[in-house]
Amino acid sequence: MTTWVFSEEIDGHASASALELLTKARTFGDTTVFHIGAGSDAAYAELGAHGATNLYHLAIGDSLPGAPAAAALAVLAEEHGAELIMFGMGNTDRDVAGRLSAKIGRPVLGNAVDVSVDGAVRVTSEILGGTQAVVTEATGSAPALVLVRSKAFPAEPSGEDLPEVTPVSMPDLGHEGSAVITESHVEESEGPDLEVAAVVVAGGRGVGAAEKWAVVEDLASQLDAAIGATRAVIDAGWVPSRLQVGQTGKTVKPDVYIAAGVSGAMQHLVGMKDSGTIIAINKDAEAPIFAVADLGIVGDLHSVVPKLTEALKEK
Amino acid sequence: MRIAVCVKQIPDPATPYDLDPDTHRVVRPNDQVLDDTDRFGVEVGLQLAEGDDGTVTLFSMSPSGSLQGIRQALAMGADKAVIIDDESLAGSDALTTSRILAAAIDREGFDLVVAGTESTDGSSGVVPQQIAELLHVPSLTFARKVEVTDSGIRVEQQTAGGYDVAEAPLPALLAVTSGVAEPRYPTFKGIMQAKKKPIDTVTAADLGFTADQVGDAGAGQEITSVTMVPTREAGEIVEDDGEGYLKIVALLEQAKVI
Repeated sequence: MTTWVFSEEIDGHASASALELLTKARTFGDTTVFHIGAGSDAAYAELGAHGATNLYHLAIGDSLPGAPAAAALAVLAEEHGAELIMFGMGNTDRDVAGRLSAKIGRPVLGNAVDVSVDGAVRVTSEILGGTQAVVTEATGSAPALVLVRSKAFPAEPSGEDLPEVTPVSMPDLGHEGSAVITESHVEESEGPDLEVAAVVVAGGRGVGAAEKWAVVEDLASQLDAAIGATRAVIDAGWVPSRLQVGQTGKTVKPDVYIAAGVSGAMQHLVGMKDSGTIIAINKDAEAPIFAVADLGIVGDLHSVVPKLTEALKEK
Repeated sequence: MRIAVCVKQIPDPATPYDLDPDTHRVVRPNDQVLDDTDRFGVEVGLQLAEGDDGTVTLFSMSPSGSLQGIRQALAMGADKAVIIDDESLAGSDALTTSRILAAAIDREGFDLVVAGTESTDGSSGVVPQQIAELLHVPSLTFARKVEVTDSGIRVEQQTAGGYDVAEAPLPALLAVTSGVAEPRYPTFKGIMQAKKKPIDTVTAADLGFTADQVGDAGAGQEITSVTMVPTREAGEIVEDDGEGYLKIVALLEQAKVI
């Protein structure tokens, strides 16, 4: 299987999803990476270590990546007979995969938690909050385009070889490729990494407002926990989207997951239901989060959580 | 400005939906609601139209049932709706949906297409990008703030670590998140007016599609199995009596994280 993996360089590193996907892709045979961003040696080394044999690099400049990356990847995939192209579920991944899909007339198999290539490309995805597993097969001509959820595969290095790097020139798309980024803003956040932390404290819309978010931060800092958030909280702009847990965010499996004011929408549950111990605090006794909780406290999080934080301080 | 807003009617999320065991399609009840995420697209469309005397046209591929969800969006203030209603579309995948919507929007004419980021009942989350590609326009996605500029449109776009400011000239596509604006509630007057607003119904053939290009036949994917996943056993749920936090402390001790 001729497998390609999409990679976006962020702050001099390959995207976490690319390393996870490469770890899986290398079991299918030779792997080629389509990499966008600055193109640093550190990123190439990471990608090589995880199994990339060839790498095509598109320096994207200030352009929004979707249109030019899809156009360049479409040409390369055709030229090299790509049979499977794997993406993560990040925003750029979805921008590129969606445009590529329409450009080459192939569907996107989304939300995958597993991929197999025995005869045909098949993906497993979870629906209805992870209660049912659906296997979907790509039919028709190659390549199959697959979007894979975070942490579906663990990233494991396999060696120290560097990939053979080939630069790709920016396609001239005229109006279609005219979207540009004029400013970038990074919002700092403290504490351990969400995906590896032993304890995660997640807040949902029930926290109420950005100025009340400290209730989540205080508990997290007391437990040396990572902070997580629901889609609603990200969309409200209270915290940056790298803290999002769920279908289009991160998948976490900490020893303990504390959900404060999280209703438990299906899209959130699939990102945290495999945590060791789940503790939920919510005013609504009917909230779906309680269906997966080992301990559920029906009550006001603004009363329960500060008391909990205080009690932990005294320990 | 001619604004096209893509909307979707979905089964009410408050009542769990199911898959038909034979076709593996979502079983769609007759009465469907406007997907909550689409209310944000409608709101942004209305605000941009109000700014420059523009029009807002809804586009929806709605193979069956009542148009309750579409009327909700018309009641918010959209001018008209174009519904692609055709039995042959059942079983269409996301790419076919995008092709149909793009063809309908192109036929009507547009300066800006507005969509939500992803539907509540789907999972691919790439329809806006597909539509943009099919219409050969730039796309600004994951927008949390939108403004019109002299030369086009500017957004704040969610990124992993914060946000970017991005711009594109018109015509363009805009996909918004639920942080972008507070959707208005329909007024009584709006609800009454919505009943008289034009809803054009077109078929896939009207848009130039043949039967083998849509529905199951046109889909490049096939569901081969659906199985139940073992679920967690429900735990202890208690009403907070002021001391609920002590139970959490005890469980954290048991889990050896404190």
